Amino acid sequence: MNGDLKSRLGKIVHYKLFLPLFCLFLVLMVNVITTPDFFHVEIRNGVLYGRPVDIINRASELVILAVGMTLVVAASAGTDISVGAVMAVTAAVTTFFLSGGEISVNEYQFPLFPAILLGIGAGALCGAWNGFLVAKMRIQPMVATLILYTAGRGIAQLITKGQITYIRVDSYQYIGNFLPGVPIPTPVFISIAVVILVQLFVKKTAFGLFVESVGVNKEASKHVGLKSVMIIFATYVFCGVLSGIAGIVASSRIYSADANNIGLNLELDAILAVALGGNSLGGGRFSILGSIIGAYTIQALTTTLYAIGVSADQIPVYKAIVVVIIVSLQSPEFQRYVRKFRKKLEAKKAIGEVTA
Amino acid sequence: MKKVVAVLLALMMVAGMVYAEDLITVGYAQVGAESDWRMANTKSFQDTFTPENGYQLIFDDAQQKQENQIRAIRNFIQREVDYIVVAPVVETGWETVLQEAYDAGIPVILSDRMMDVSDELYVAWVGGNFVKEGETAGHWLEDYLEKQGRADEDINIVTLQGTIGASAQVGRTEGFGNILAQHDNWHMLAMQTGEFTQAKGQEVMESFLHSYPDIDVVVCENDNMAFGAIDAIKAAGRTCGPDGDIIIFSFDAVRAAFDAMIAGDLNAAFECNPLHGPRVAEIIQKLENGESVDKIQYVDETYFDTTMDLEAIKATRAY
Repeated sequence: MNGDLKSRLGKIVHYKLFLPLFCLFLVLMVNVITTPDFFHVEIRNGVLYGRPVDIINRASELVILAVGMTLVVAASAGTDISVGAVMAVTAAVTTFFLSGGEISVNEYQFPLFPAILLGIGAGALCGAWNGFLVAKMRIQPMVATLILYTAGRGIAQLITKGQITYIRVDSYQYIGNFLPGVPIPTPVFISIAVVILVQLFVKKTAFGLFVESVGVNKEASKHVGLKSVMIIFATYVFCGVLSGIAGIVASSRIYSADANNIGLNLELDAILAVALGGNSLGGGRFSILGSIIGAYTIQALTTTLYAIGVSADQIPVYKAIVVVIIVSLQSPEFQRYVRKFRKKLEAKKAIGEVTA
Repeated sequence: MKKVVAVLLALMMVAGMVYAEDLITVGYAQVGAESDWRMANTKSFQDTFTPENGYQLIFDDAQQKQENQIRAIRNFIQREVDYIVVAPVVETGWETVLQEAYDAGIPVILSDRMMDVSDELYVAWVGGNFVKEGETAGHWLEDYLEKQGRADEDINIVTLQGTIGASAQVGRTEGFGNILAQHDNWHMLAMQTGEFTQAKGQEVMESFLHSYPDIDVVVCENDNMAFGAIDAIKAAGRTCGPDGDIIIFSFDAVRAAFDAMIAGDLNAAFECNPLHGPRVAEIIQKLENGESVDKIQYVDETYFDTTMDLEAIKATRAY
């Protein structure tokens, strides 16, 4: 009986998402002590209202980005640092069409859905450019995507003529806020849909396997007949499209395209989410679910620090401390140490039993 | 071929000199074009320092990098401009290049932000007074509460701060804090950074509304954060503006802030005047006439609230 429980517990502990989930749990538990009403959720104004809703809602863009980043990391053993800038490009393109080049409009100058598709198309194009540089030209991913990281916001600025373009139409705000009569924020649906679709695509087709195999060994994969170049290219296009979707959500939240600030520094959070999810940044095996848990952990941390009322100048310090703890908890070296320590304990116990 | 190019270049330079003979050349090392405010600031210089007004303006956009600005200033020195105007990206690291300008005998005027250098290296600084903006907002709130008959009530205030360490954030926090300290019944419940953006302003305001159910006043250290805060307030089923239950005001007073006031969502906006050009021209004229100038020169700044004819004012605004 006892052994059964132990082995079951052991199974849970060794489940590969245990650590990421445990870290998320830890962050949330802080609130039970500091902010007792943290988990209070009510219906207000016809919609769900409460901090947990905020976390799930606000993490949406990061979740979408993290999914794309996971694939890029797995296939190319490198990161796409242009995702934040690509978000800005997408937002700029979409609002450019919707506003017809004006600074602020009260009605669409162009139909909504084609404008969104054009925006996401621009994201795909950015992804294709990154993919071309990385897969075909064999430039290191960070260097290749550095180009759009710096140029992307410039392009977005050019499109918006350096102004914040406002789309003051209710239906444009549905994407980033609430659909009429629906109590759950729309970004939550979008992120869930993205996760399910990508997860299905990765698990139900051989694509996931291809990505892992290319990530583990590009040359070997080529010899068994996989088109490594095409697979790496595809992950970057994928990442571009997903950044585009995230860009539309972020733009809809503020019903405008703020080329300077949309997705600012989000690429770092996306990379962090992948790492917090227990994925190796060296490529190969990957877990999309892990990255998503990582993304929610990051947002939970931000919301928690707000709830505690940590002053603004100290927030980065606390974030850094938590990240250091989480990352070291998951490092192989630390886990080896824990195993060693446990063995030592067991050995001591055994010796104790023998002498007794 | 090379020779032809060289001759042409030389000719152009001579032509440029002849052309610039009776014009005062001014080199402006601008930060970049990162915001509406910055662009209005650039335009103010371009509109003031025209050949018709007797100036030739050499404009340099540093794209928010100090090394570009230093290069631009060296370039100005080499071209022997009459005056150098700098809107520094950061406060430190300017001694060497300003010393070079000083040695070349070119007066340097600072615009917008301060430099951490010894006083003799620049002739004047022109800019907004962020502390005064904060105090103006505090006084406005005093008056507003007085008019509503709430002068003696307990007033709960939250602040959406700008990017921590930015001079606008530091000054506005300090200025409003000075007035806050004079009122025992004003309570600053929380201050948190919204990083000057609408998205962060909304997120932080959401959190404030969860933590503090009875907020009376929201101070937003720029307009964009106020737009986010207004959305968060409405999403929480509360109301704001002159007819709402939460008083909200912001700084900068860009065009969109006028829209928000006209829509009845925002109570007031406190101007941060970007039109530094005329004041700099005034200083240059004084220096040309051999007069002395004040070291610190604040541009005129005012505020706007919903009691004014906002449509009419908005039409006259340059940014």
